[in-house]
Amino acid sequence: MTDILVKVDDLSVRRGDQFSLSHVSLAVKPREIITIVGPNGAGKSTLLRTMMGLIRPESGVIIRKPGLKIGYLPQTLTIDPVLPLTVRRFLSLGVNVSKGTRQALMEEVGVPHLIDRPMDVLSGGELRRVLLARALLRDPDLLVLDEPVQGVDVSGQVEIYDLIARLRDEHGFGVIMVSHDLHLVMSATDHVVCLNQHVCCDGTPEAVQAHPEYVALFGDRVAAGLALYAHHHDHDHDAHGNVIPGSGDGHAGHDHG
Amino acid sequence: MIMDDFLIRALIAGLGVAVVAGPLGCFVVWRRMAYFGAALAHSALFGVALGLLLEISPTLAIVVVCIAVALILVSMQGQRQLAGDTLLGILAHAMLALGLVVTALVDTVRVDLMAYLFGDILAVSDIDLYWIFGGGVLALVALAVIWRPLLAMTVHEELAAVEGVPVARTRLMFMVIIAIVIAVAMKVVGILLIVSLLIIPAAAARPFARTPEAMAILAIVAGCISVVLGLGSSMTWDIPAGPAIVLAAAVLFLVGGLLRKTSRSYEQ
Repeated sequence: MTDILVKVDDLSVRRGDQFSLSHVSLAVKPREIITIVGPNGAGKSTLLRTMMGLIRPESGVIIRKPGLKIGYLPQTLTIDPVLPLTVRRFLSLGVNVSKGTRQALMEEVGVPHLIDRPMDVLSGGELRRVLLARALLRDPDLLVLDEPVQGVDVSGQVEIYDLIARLRDEHGFGVIMVSHDLHLVMSATDHVVCLNQHVCCDGTPEAVQAHPEYVALFGDRVAAGLALYAHHHDHDHDAHGNVIPGSGDGHAGHDHG
Repeated sequence: MIMDDFLIRALIAGLGVAVVAGPLGCFVVWRRMAYFGAALAHSALFGVALGLLLEISPTLAIVVVCIAVALILVSMQGQRQLAGDTLLGILAHAMLALGLVVTALVDTVRVDLMAYLFGDILAVSDIDLYWIFGGGVLALVALAVIWRPLLAMTVHEELAAVEGVPVARTRLMFMVIIAIVIAVAMKVVGILLIVSLLIIPAAAARPFARTPEAMAILAIVAGCISVVLGLGSSMTWDIPAGPAIVLAAAVLFLVGGLLRKTSRSYEQ
């Protein structure tokens, strides 16, 4: 048990008379990045919230390491303009830390210049980084991220996934996150769980990508994801020896064996 | 110039209420609870009637009734049949009607309805002052205690919960504070105008504040100015004091908004 941060076993969650999760089991270890992928309504957010104790499960077991500190990045955070809140004050809502620690963390997530900015004018990518800083202030053992790239453009998305992986290397926490695009997150993840109310399949990103259940769920989107990925990340593909010419559109449906 | 006794008491009562209503009103505005506050305020008349019926302090009875209504509202938030504002409207008006009916049935005491509905600040007694200051200090201390967790919850409730904020307890405390403030503020502006004393100074403060705490302090200032201006115009033009205070706050809100807009367009 000591090497497991959080573990759920045979977990079922009910919303009204429908099950939104059924018999789900998984565990997160320190330094491990787990990505949950799945279609809308698959129960991805529900799974994260149940793991954190925000939702009471219908049945099943949740075991958290005693004293586990969780850093949480919610899917959406909208600051009503009627609430005057600077980034500095927002960060101080979680825990009290010294000015130096706060500044260092803002630099780690790449936005030290935003510290006195009002929260309601941040762009999607800036908000994600500020949320990340707030989570890191707690010196977490486990980082829980619900769609960490929501409202971020594609090149920004890759940067954020890379940032998460780098922070994991430096701080040594475990990560569990929800993503709807496996291709973007592949290089920054160790283990993928494909969820559609139950666990369809799980394993390394490559194994899940090739799994028939994953292909059945994401059939047409797999191709679309590839086109985007190829278009924005020629270099990665060159390193694998694949020559990617011209526009992304021409490659929709192109299989990346 | 010699001020009359009743005027001094009115001023002290009004300022006392404004000091509590400022910070509390900010949270009502931030959490979009204006209608929630109105529903509680509308229930207060039933509290008055109950107090008369059971021969206990009306202020105490109001606190109890408001807390009960708040708990009913919270427990009904989970249902999905009706939108939140519909539910609040039903409860607010049903409680007001209940209050009016029960008040009419309590015929042992002659009840001055207008005083309860629109306030009677010029008739504030020493005992009322004790209630206002006792309740006010209690409410302010309690609000200071839950300030940071409540602010964290207001920004994002689940994030706050994960970070260890006792969400249910904090929300309950906040409601008890609102109930107390409504009970003590009723004497000043009355049931139908209490919410305005919570939200107008807070809204007036918003354009000039960069932090939540600054907004709370500016809301206190705006509330105090409204009380002084309102009582002053009530004396000068012989108009009802409670509505005059609310009108003064509304004028402050408008003037502040316009000032801010003009200074912004100069900056650009």
